[in-house]
Amino acid sequence: MDLITLAFYFFAALTLVFGGVVVFSKNIMHAAFSLLFTFFGVAGLYVLLQADFLAITQIMIYIGGILVLIIFGVMLTTRITGVDVKSGASGRIQITVAGIVSAALAVLLIYVSLTTVWPQSPVAEAGSTVTAIGNTMLTKYILAFEAASMLLLIAIVGAAFIARKK
Amino acid sequence: MESTNFLWDLFGRNVWTVLAVISLPLLFVLVYALIAILAELKISAWIQERLGPMRTGPWGILQPVAEVIKLLQKEDITPDQSSKLLYNLAPFIIFTGAYAAFAVIPFSSAFVPAGIDVGLFYVFAIGSISAMGIVMGGWASNNKYSLMGAMRSISQLISYEIPAAMAILSVVVLTSSMNMQEISSMQSGGFWNWFIFGGPGGWSKLWVIPFTIGLTIIYFIASLAETNRVPFDIPEGESELVAGFHTEYSGMKFAMFFFAEYANMFVVSAILTTIFLGGWNSPFGDFLQGPWWGVFWFILKSFFIVLLQIWIRWTLPRFRVDQLMHVGWKVLLPLSFVCFVAISLFAMLN
Repeated sequence: MDLITLAFYFFAALTLVFGGVVVFSKNIMHAAFSLLFTFFGVAGLYVLLQADFLAITQIMIYIGGILVLIIFGVMLTTRITGVDVKSGASGRIQITVAGIVSAALAVLLIYVSLTTVWPQSPVAEAGSTVTAIGNTMLTKYILAFEAASMLLLIAIVGAAFIARKK
Repeated sequence: MESTNFLWDLFGRNVWTVLAVISLPLLFVLVYALIAILAELKISAWIQERLGPMRTGPWGILQPVAEVIKLLQKEDITPDQSSKLLYNLAPFIIFTGAYAAFAVIPFSSAFVPAGIDVGLFYVFAIGSISAMGIVMGGWASNNKYSLMGAMRSISQLISYEIPAAMAILSVVVLTSSMNMQEISSMQSGGFWNWFIFGGPGGWSKLWVIPFTIGLTIIYFIASLAETNRVPFDIPEGESELVAGFHTEYSGMKFAMFFFAEYANMFVVSAILTTIFLGGWNSPFGDFLQGPWWGVFWFILKSFFIVLLQIWIRWTLPRFRVDQLMHVGWKVLLPLSFVCFVAISLFAMLN
């Protein structure tokens, strides 16, 4: 087993274990902090897939942006000690329905992944992806790019309007 | 591609050289932290017309060693009602975030631990892990001062990340590269080619110089905020929050926070050096230029910025929270946008 394989199993385990903590933890803050490791593990998997830009974007957006906002929100909106913050099972019916749906989905996904013939191209040293991503974003996908920026602008204006003092 | 790492050239790429490359910056950080602590003690003393530590070794130069030994001996306290796991994890997360940034810092033309093409972006993204560590420590301590320190730290980080990003982005516009090694090598040939003076180019770059100098200052201010240094140290303001997010920490874990703060100071100084002050280039063209002198120049420039940070810490008072937000959103942000647009225009015309 070479280093890359070892690293893959490490990041995969990191992602899965802490993903489990996110789902099963009763304390929302613990779940939020576990997301840190999950996101980081996913970023590591991206690096192993030679998607360097995507990996760093993952850290930037998810850890630096979304996770910080989640934690900020949780801390601002609940009692400061975090005692009241609970998530998880509420009733038996919910658990049963959720369990059945998840099990069905899992069976479907496993079936699909086992039966599909995955095309495997030989591994090539991809090098840096930044230039290629930048070029396609500003040529082929310019419309989506601009639409996303418009969306963000509208969101900023809306947030500023809501937060404004009357 | 030419090699950017002398260890690969000398010994090839195997487990041992990888370990060596990973631990070289750690060795540097250890030595640097001791020097920085001494500098902090001595400079603060000189600014306040004191002598500073004088008894540990000649002129007290062994004082940081004594401080470290003292910290190691202290009792390790974990608050009773704290979230134990997160409380113990936080110092390590913070130091991981600070140390991870060293992966892309170009110490010399012949040594950068990982010469990836997205270096600047990486440094910027990885900084958020330290912020998570601060929040984790502040929340897990189960102390209102710690929590308030953590929340202030996040709001400060979100606010000052944007001007810093604009400064970095302007350099990316000028160089069309995010590789820190490439950015360094573009600035060779004397201090006139550094990006604080608009980068390499003819006389047409004259009008852009005020903007690049402005961005350098904006980045420096924002970096003070990101490392929680005075005048932006409201996350740990002693007079209001005891010690902010690390109120409950003692002994070795406090030492980790301390250590991470100094490592972070060096990281932002190194970024400033790399993108605006020519990195490992000599300020006088070919005079004392080369891989080994590169290390000297790089560390000299970075230490100068660290010195500036210490100097400012002992000169200025602390901002209030509302003043901090005012400066961040209403002064630095518009200014950095203006500079960014001007530099983009310059890059387009060239």
